[in-house]
Amino acid sequence: MNFSEVFKLSSLLCKFSPDGKYLASCVQYRLVVRDANTLQVVQLYTCLDQIQHIEWSADSLFILCALYKRGLVQVWSLEQPEWHCKIDEGSAGLVASCWSPDGRHILNTTEFHLRITVWSLCTKSVSYIKYPKACQQGELAKAAQKFLKSLAFTRDGRYLALAERRDCRDYVSIFVCSDWQLLRHFDTDTQDLAGIEWAPNGCVLAAWDSCLEYKVLLYSLDGRLLSTYCAYEWSLGIKSVAWSPSSQFLAVGSYDGKVRVLNHVTWKMITEFGHPATINNPKIVVYKEAEKSPPLGLGHLAFLPPRAVAGPLSSPESKYEIAEVPVSLQTLKPAADRANPRIGVGALAFSPDNYFLATRNGDFQVLSLCWHLSGDSLALLGKDHFCLCFLETEEGVGTASGQRGDHT
Amino acid sequence: MGDWMTVTDSENKNISQYTSETKMSPSSLYSQQVLCSSIPLSKNVHSFFSAFCTEENIEQSIAYLDQELTTFGFPSLYEESKGKETKRELNIVAVLNCMNELLVLQRKNLLAQENVETQNLKLGSDMDHLQNCYAKLKEQLENSRREMIGLQERDRQLQCKNRNLHQLLKNEKDEVQKLQNIIASRATQYNHDMKRKEREYNKLKERLHQLVMNKKDKKIAMEVLNYVGRADGKRGSWRTGKTEARNEDEMYKILLNDYEYRQKQILMENAELKKVLQQMKKEMISLLSPQKQKPRERADDSTGTVISDVEEDAGELSRESMWDLSCETVREQLTNSIRKQWRILKSHVEKLDNQVSKVHLEGFSDEDMISRQDHEQETEKLELEIQHCKEMIKTQQQLLQQQLATACDDDTTSLLRDCYLLEEKERLKEEWSLFKEQKKNFEKERRSFTEAAIRLGLERKAFEEERASWLKQQFLNMTTFDHQNSENVKLFSAFSGSSDRDNPTAHSRPRQKKPHSVSDGSPVCTSKLARSLPASPSTSDFCQTRSCVSEHSGSVSALNVTPEESRPSQAGRECADQKWSVASRPGSQEGCRSGCSLTYTNSHVEKDDLP
Repeated sequence: MNFSEVFKLSSLLCKFSPDGKYLASCVQYRLVVRDANTLQVVQLYTCLDQIQHIEWSADSLFILCALYKRGLVQVWSLEQPEWHCKIDEGSAGLVASCWSPDGRHILNTTEFHLRITVWSLCTKSVSYIKYPKACQQGELAKAAQKFLKSLAFTRDGRYLALAERRDCRDYVSIFVCSDWQLLRHFDTDTQDLAGIEWAPNGCVLAAWDSCLEYKVLLYSLDGRLLSTYCAYEWSLGIKSVAWSPSSQFLAVGSYDGKVRVLNHVTWKMITEFGHPATINNPKIVVYKEAEKSPPLGLGHLAFLPPRAVAGPLSSPESKYEIAEVPVSLQTLKPAADRANPRIGVGALAFSPDNYFLATRNGDFQVLSLCWHLSGDSLALLGKDHFCLCFLETEEGVGTASGQRGDHT
Repeated sequence: MGDWMTVTDSENKNISQYTSETKMSPSSLYSQQVLCSSIPLSKNVHSFFSAFCTEENIEQSIAYLDQELTTFGFPSLYEESKGKETKRELNIVAVLNCMNELLVLQRKNLLAQENVETQNLKLGSDMDHLQNCYAKLKEQLENSRREMIGLQERDRQLQCKNRNLHQLLKNEKDEVQKLQNIIASRATQYNHDMKRKEREYNKLKERLHQLVMNKKDKKIAMEVLNYVGRADGKRGSWRTGKTEARNEDEMYKILLNDYEYRQKQILMENAELKKVLQQMKKEMISLLSPQKQKPRERADDSTGTVISDVEEDAGELSRESMWDLSCETVREQLTNSIRKQWRILKSHVEKLDNQVSKVHLEGFSDEDMISRQDHEQETEKLELEIQHCKEMIKTQQQLLQQQLATACDDDTTSLLRDCYLLEEKERLKEEWSLFKEQKKNFEKERRSFTEAAIRLGLERKAFEEERASWLKQQFLNMTTFDHQNSENVKLFSAFSGSSDRDNPTAHSRPRQKKPHSVSDGSPVCTSKLARSLPASPSTSDFCQTRSCVSEHSGSVSALNVTPEESRPSQAGRECADQKWSVASRPGSQEGCRSGCSLTYTNSHVEKDDLP
């Protein structure tokens, strides 16, 4: 694996454009746009203050830079470098900012989640959405900012679902993105709505409760409740939720270390995956790092064909050997008496071809799981490790190769 | 009992003494007699018998006996008295009869006594036995009683434990319930508190919101250089009721599309599954229908149902194919028919199983059917064989590899390497020695050949000289007939005579001269051989003959050599070649001027050898 030279970066702000041609990165108050292939600087923009968040528009023509401390959003255009746009929230403050799927509207969340302001770049009009809910995203986003999971756009960008809370009750509003009209508004039967997510086909909305109660609610596009699912009571509940790319399955990861998969026909659980501390099944292939460095073990991948367990590397040269079953995974016992303990299935990722599900359980230092589009390789990113798992599709045997990556 | 001897002293007195002192009645005496009857007659008895009746007291003893016998029911010993006379006559017949009776009685009594004794013994042993049994049983009873008590005790203890555990379980359950109640109550409490806090928070937010919104003069604004066109290039539209309706329509359209798509998928799946089921049914029917041809004697319900089913199903199939929709009735029919077929198949398979087991029990009644056990045994045997063979192959492979692979130790490898080639080396050595011998032989032969060739050459030279002289003679003769003849003859003779002498010298001289004048060989020859008038053709002839000879010799030697030197030793051949050329050199250097330079080096060596 080759690495390019090191570029300066601040606040971990570095994003590829959706069309893959450019790479935007921030250094203090400057925004640097590079060509993705040659890494030559294409554009350089200067903002007024330190940038906290950048985001590409969906058509890769605009970049927004959010300056939370100043309450400003600055938008830059790639086509016309001299074009500029500045949105000032004033005393309302700014907590989060994101694009709409059509790339022409910016949604700003003001401080204390007072409201969401929708600014239009086409018409210079403003819309306000009151009472948005302040849902927190899971641990995956800890490295980056905490962005709201109370907003969810459908994949085709037509509809926006917004979680709200009024009078101690949770509601979901569905807006039409083209003209920001309110389509549906209904309440959810949750104690404290923790997150919402659209299915990839845009017809079903999954809403789940906070970790104090295990509850998943499924609503259709027009606001009807299709089904609810509750696995157990009283213990800490749902930690993460993921849809499969074909919308056939909904994977729910919970604090008891298990992933439950619901099917889209009956919305009942079809299977349940555990994360046992010892792997006994002889069908599972376990890859273990040969070098004995303090292993920050990555979570293992579990599915029907044999899976790979990859250990991170501590040096550029190290190899993986197949460990004999039974293998016991090293787990660190996190502090159980704190809130939001680091147990349970925190990260879920379906492969794009719908075959595999990658899960991270417990306190493993994996910050992100990312599948390749072809569905045959998986990139695992740790705090200072980077691991690439390649899966052979025939038997699903995985080989892993890892390299030490710089802190990017 | 007293001393029998004292009785004999005086009969009457003794008897009376006896009766008075010892109070022994005659009956007791009698009983004593009976008791001692079992004892074989001994002297004592004899003495006793004699002690009862002596010659003096016959009358008294007879009277006594008579009295006793009459009391026992025997007839009297006396004869019937005719009158009241003092003396009665002893009836001997009666006595004898009485004696006989007594004897018979005695025997009977003895028998009875024996019987009684044996019975007594038996009873005694039975009694003992029973007593033993009784004792044992008593023991057993005791033991079992003790055991029972122990078991009862244990049972009681276990029941106690059980009760305790039940109690514990109940306690735990109660606790769990309590905790759950606590949790529920706490949850409600927290919810309530949360709601309260939230309301407060909302109020704050509202207040803040108002404050924020109020400050209109603040620069909540957007600066943009110029408007950006919409993403899809269309113009924006106003929000009206129509747009709302349109949005609704669109939403429903999307939902409907999704549902339709899903329904299509499900229909496809259904159709496939139905096809599969139908196929299965057909196959099952085909499997079961051959039973029809089988012995129809068995009017089983199964075959009957099969036939009927086949007909039914055929009809159903046609119906199904006709409709081919997800009709309720069709679906039911399909599932029912499949179930029926499956049941039939199951029963069939069970029957087969039974048959197999029966055959196995009864032995091989049917040739075609091999009992399952034998089959399994065979397969096991075969598997074992296969394993053995595989192991053998593995070991052989390992051995082969070991042989071929180099050993880890250097010495051993070198040794091993050497040992493989040892044989070859030996062989090679032998061949070398052979070859060397042959080489030597060949050399010898070559030498001899060269000598022969040289001699031949010399002789030829001599012959040529003779010829030349003869020709000269002839020529001279032609001119001066007489003179020359003698001269020729002389010459000839001189020549011939001296030819032998001169020729070698003549030959040797030019030969010796040869190395010195290699370059112009022919003129030397001619000059040297001028004496013998060698016409140039002759010299050339000579040289040619020389060369021929040498060549011949060479060829001869070559011919000789090649069969000998069949072994591949390139070096040897080369040497031979060199020698050939060397050998030919002195003779026909002119002819073979294109000798290789290598040979020259050896020429010195060869020179010495040549004569």
